[in-house]
Amino acid sequence: MANTYNLIASNVLTTATASVTFSSIPATYTDLVLRISTRVDRAINGPHNCQLTVNGSATSDYSQTNLAEFGVTINSTRASAAAFITTASTGNSTTANTFSSNEFYFPNYASAANKTLSLVDVVENNSAADFESAIAARAGLRSNTAAITSITLNTNGYNYMVGSSFYLYGIKNS
Amino acid sequence: MATTYEPIATNTLGSAAASITFSSISSAYTDLKIVFVGTATAALYAKIQFNGDTAANYSYIGMYGDGTTAAAWSGSGVAFIAATPTFQTFTTTPTMFSTNVFSYGGSTYKSVLNSVSMDKSGSGISANNVGLWRNTAAITSITILTSTSTFAAGTIATLYGIKAA
Repeated sequence: MANTYNLIASNVLTTATASVTFSSIPATYTDLVLRISTRVDRAINGPHNCQLTVNGSATSDYSQTNLAEFGVTINSTRASAAAFITTASTGNSTTANTFSSNEFYFPNYASAANKTLSLVDVVENNSAADFESAIAARAGLRSNTAAITSITLNTNGYNYMVGSSFYLYGIKNS
Repeated sequence: MATTYEPIATNTLGSAAASITFSSISSAYTDLKIVFVGTATAALYAKIQFNGDTAANYSYIGMYGDGTTAAAWSGSGVAFIAATPTFQTFTTTPTMFSTNVFSYGGSTYKSVLNSVSMDKSGSGISANNVGLWRNTAAITSITILTSTSTFAAGTIATLYGIKAA
């Protein structure tokens, strides 16, 4: 039986923490999928920007192109020569028990090519106000040929709240 | 344990090629998913056709962001579903698209949901689109082809099968 979609590691928070790292990621898969559900302890209605880095590197070789909708506003933005990939989490003034959902897809993560990344963020807040909810489709790139062996998410000065969950899967194409 | 997500076939290009075809696709699944990551030998966009149909039986509509503008894109009465935007080419920067093909064995027209990740460090695009193939035949082959020139060696395309039960 094919064993295509395997859980590599998970972390469901029982204490608030500023960052979560998956390390020692094996090179035995073709692609990686990271699915997270998070809320950050910043007192803000709507999305708070968190940061993703790989291999413990915050050098300025990350870039991304974003297509986002915030309830009313639709826009596209870009970051180049950045030290991280931006991803949105739910802030802590939003509707109780509400967590964002995010999926990161890293194809060919162990290759010797630059690394592309597909990311979808969903922050829904039962609010009609602009910038209090968001859906974003992000194209990311790390201009670095090293295989991805670790992935870190951090809150940029805050904490992921208890109940936030992080699941890393490996996908084999054969 | 049910096996719901299986690799049907994968193609890693050993040399440049103008197309990648998955043929003789089993009818044993409910849905299909294509995952592509690759580069090109010249600026191009990628297209998808089913069952070798090169007639104008396809259409698509989507939205994109190019770092400045968020807008719509579409094509109707065309000979392919755009797997990457026709107005945004890629070459040496790895580009990814994933395409879900729903109820591919059914007897109704076939719909797809596609997402594109093409950041080129200072340019590029994030895009999503839906597509339709106006044909009631079961899908038995899928071709990913270039608008011009070739996909580069090292390009990987994988076809997964998803079972509902």
